Formats: sequence, structure tokens, C-alpha cells
Amino acid sequence: MIKRKLVLSFPENIVTKPITYKLVKEFNLEFNILRAEITPDMEGKMLLELKGDKTQIDGAVKYLTHAGVTVQEAAKDIIIDKNLCVDCGVCTSICITQALTLDDKNRKLKFNKDKCILCELCLNCCPVSAIKVHI
Amino acid sequence: MAKTIEEINEKIKTGKVVVLNAEEIIDYAAEKGVKKTAKEVDVVTTATFSPMCSSGAFINFGHSDPPIKMTKVWLNDVPAYTGIAAVDAYIGATELSETEGINYGGAHVIEDLVSGKPIKLRATGYGTDCYPRKEIETYITGDTVNQAYLFNPRNAYQNYPVATNSSNRTIYTYMGKLLPNFGNATFSSAGQLSPLLNDPYFRTIGIGTKIFLAGSQGYISWYGTQHNPEKERLANGTPCGGGGTIAVIGNLKEMTTEYLKACVFHGYGVTIFIGIGIPIPVVDEEMVEFLRVKDEDIYTEIFDYSVQRRNRPSYGKVNYKQLKSGKITINGKSVQTGSISSYFKALEISNVLKKEIKDGRFYLTNIVASLPLEEKYANLDMLSREEL
Repeated sequence: MIKRKLVLSFPENIVTKPITYKLVKEFNLEFNILRAEITPDMEGKMLLELKGDKTQIDGAVKYLTHAGVTVQEAAKDIIIDKNLCVDCGVCTSICITQALTLDDKNRKLKFNKDKCILCELCLNCCPVSAIKVHI
Repeated sequence: MAKTIEEINEKIKTGKVVVLNAEEIIDYAAEKGVKKTAKEVDVVTTATFSPMCSSGAFINFGHSDPPIKMTKVWLNDVPAYTGIAAVDAYIGATELSETEGINYGGAHVIEDLVSGKPIKLRATGYGTDCYPRKEIETYITGDTVNQAYLFNPRNAYQNYPVATNSSNRTIYTYMGKLLPNFGNATFSSAGQLSPLLNDPYFRTIGIGTKIFLAGSQGYISWYGTQHNPEKERLANGTPCGGGGTIAVIGNLKEMTTEYLKACVFHGYGVTIFIGIGIPIPVVDEEMVEFLRVKDEDIYTEIFDYSVQRRNRPSYGKVNYKQLKSGKITINGKSVQTGSISSYFKALEISNVLKKEIKDGRFYLTNIVASLPLEEKYANLDMLSREEL
């Protein structure tokens, strides 16, 4: 029995398919959806913890990839380096779960870790490299 | 009664000057009315902090012994232009390092000069009777060189388009990372706080205007490249995208990295955040009318950056209030927005400048010449000599 935390990205055309159901049925996996952001007709993201037999998990990843889902290992943490950040807010346009937003009043960048699904889309969008990942 | 710059400067001298920033003037004018505002307020500070590619610095290194006429120069392996006098060079912000590529460029050299870090200077020359040396390798800092001044051919764009991406792949542009299928949209203006949007017909901002330039007191030296004053305007005078630009100059040795910062747009290249603040004298009631402009009154156009052509398809116009709300609608779809210009920093600069004026450390200038209100905006077409 092993555990793996994965970030799944669903393209908009397969968002409505019952993909996670198959993980239970065909691969006998226990899964826990830690965070998810899925809306019909938009790309979806899901942070998933899988528990099960190693070969079954590998098989499930293969199945997901084949179905058009992008699978990546979840990062442990996203860090915003406040010394580097210039509060432009370009990252807020990338952040699907709106974990990154600008304060309504002073327009300073706010990072709500509880909303972050560790999708890492923001990583290469920061012009001053203030967004870092702890693996 | 119109106020003169001299009268305002006298008030600065005696500590009686009334200064607001371009955000504060909006509510002030709404509450007190235009007439009273024109009478009571002397100066309104405007600002912007944004990546501005058309930036760079002139440096004079001083002469070595024996001297060299430099024909090629590298600063930390970033090529600088030296097709001028022997030890003069111009380092452009977007020039890339020959060893580190996109991770380090001219903008980083300029930031390192400002922060006093050592920079490796390498130069070659062909050797002449008066300049016998053919190569040199040494270290410099912002302090060891003679002059180092920022001279930016195009800064502080009056307004700027919004970028989005209709294609099915992520694209990396100077407007940032654009996700597929209208996944996001980015914009780049301080809106209601931006200098040239608060003086749309350049009544008080012109050649010779003293400005806050990355922490120093610099000047507007000319109108900027691609200055396009004939861009279509709204009734309030603001252009719907693009518009006027300024060329600015200032002493790099007096600047701070707080307001000058190198940056890298992944997949695009190196550029530089420049902080500019411009004080606008409240000379009369008409000026108040311009200065009270707010985000919802300023519009810009949305363009599809996935179309790799000069003329990109437009998806209509939006105002800055909508853009700053974090969401706009494109083709019926709700799209998240983000700015590559920092409003937080712009506001900070407007307040720093306000304090400098109130403390009597920054006096206003009369313009020496106006920025043109007519100027052609040409395209580059591929022509034979005969077709010219």
C-alpha cells in the first residue's frame, strides 16, 4: 500500500466524464479529493491523494494520461517571496482557484494557501520570480 | 483665475502647497466641485510602475592606461552598444546575456549598477595610434564610472491594450503568460493614476517637465517613440489604448532598486520595471476636469495575442474598473484578468512624490516645449527602392 498526491488537469472536453469513478472500480484505489476546481466547459484541476497497490496506482496514472488528463506530482507548498514581489498581480489572472488575489483596497497581493490546489500554473508567470515551489 | 507654476512653487517654498494624488482628487472634486477644487488644490501626483522595454542607460567608463577605443563591450556578458565615442556605451534593458540567455540581461545590469554590485566589463578594440589597447577586462560599479544615466526612448504609455489568447495552447508574451481558450487576460496601466491619462492633451506634461524617475529627479527629454496622439479619444480626452508616450532621462546614480527592477517574462525575454511619478499642476478648472478621471471612464481594447500578425482581432472595449475587478467578459465567457503594471507601487510613488513636494524637496517646472498633438504612426512595410 502506498500513497501519492497528484495534480490532475482536465481539458474542457473531458471535464464531464466520470473519470475518478473508474479509479475505484477498475484499479481498486482509495482516493481523497483534497481540492478541486472544476466547472463545465473550462479546464479543471484536482488535487488527489491516491492510496493503493503501487502497480494499480501506476496503471491508474497510465489510464488517466491516456484519457487526456495531465498528471503531475503535487508540490508540497507554493511560497510567495514578499521581498521580490512587486504586487503587479499578473499571477491573479492565472490562478483558477483565486488563491492569489489583489486586495480590493490597497491592491497588494494576497495569497490564501487554503485555496491553493498546487497546480503550479503560476510558477513561470511571475516576472520577478517571486513565486517558488517547495517540493 | 489660472495659477502659474511660479505661484505653486512659491507655495511649496512656504510650505503652503496642497497636494493630492490622482486617486484622492476623484472624491475631492466630487465632493467640493470643480471650481473649489481648482482653487484649493495646487498639485496632483500621478504615477506608474510597469515593465517598460524601451529603456536603457548611457555609461562613460573613464579611460584606461593605455587607453582603448572600445568597439565591442560586454557588461556581465551582456553586449552594450559602443558605436559612439571611445569609452561611451549604451546598455539596453532587453539585451540578453551571451552566457545566461533569458535569465539575465541589460535590465539586470542596470539594476546591479543602481544597487552598487560589481560588474565585469569586457571590451575589445582594433587599436589606433591614440587608442593602442585592443582588449580590456576589469570590474566596475555605479560609483567607479563617470556618468551613468537612464535614457529611455519610450516610457509611460498613455494607455495600453488588453491581451488574451483564443488559441488552444498557452502562449508566452510580453503581456505575460496567456492561457488557452481565453483562459485569462492581462493589462498594463495604472488607469486613473497614470500620468498621461490625467493630462490627455499634454497641457502641463511636456519636454522639460521634471519627474520622479525610479527614485531620482529626472526629466522628460522628448516625446517617446511611437508617440501616437491621434489615437481615437473619448469625450474626456483619454485614448482607447496606446496614445502618447514620453522619453525620459535621469541620473542612475540617484535611483533606487525599489522603483527600478529587472524582470523576465518566461518565454519572451528580459525587460525592466520602471517607476515614474509626474506632478500635475492644477492650473485651472479644465485641469481638474482631466484630473478627476476615474477607472470606469478610461477604456481600452482587448486583442487576441495568439494571432501572430500586426493587426490582431479585437474583442471589444473594457474599462479599468472592469479590468481591476478581476473578471471581464470576452465572447460571452467570463475571463480572469491580471495586471502586469503594479497599482500598489504606482500609488506608493504618487505618495512619495506628494511628500517630496510638501517637504519642499521637489519643485515644479514649466514645460520647455509641448509634446506634439499631431504625429504619424507609421508601419514598416517591405518595399523595394522603387516602391518607396
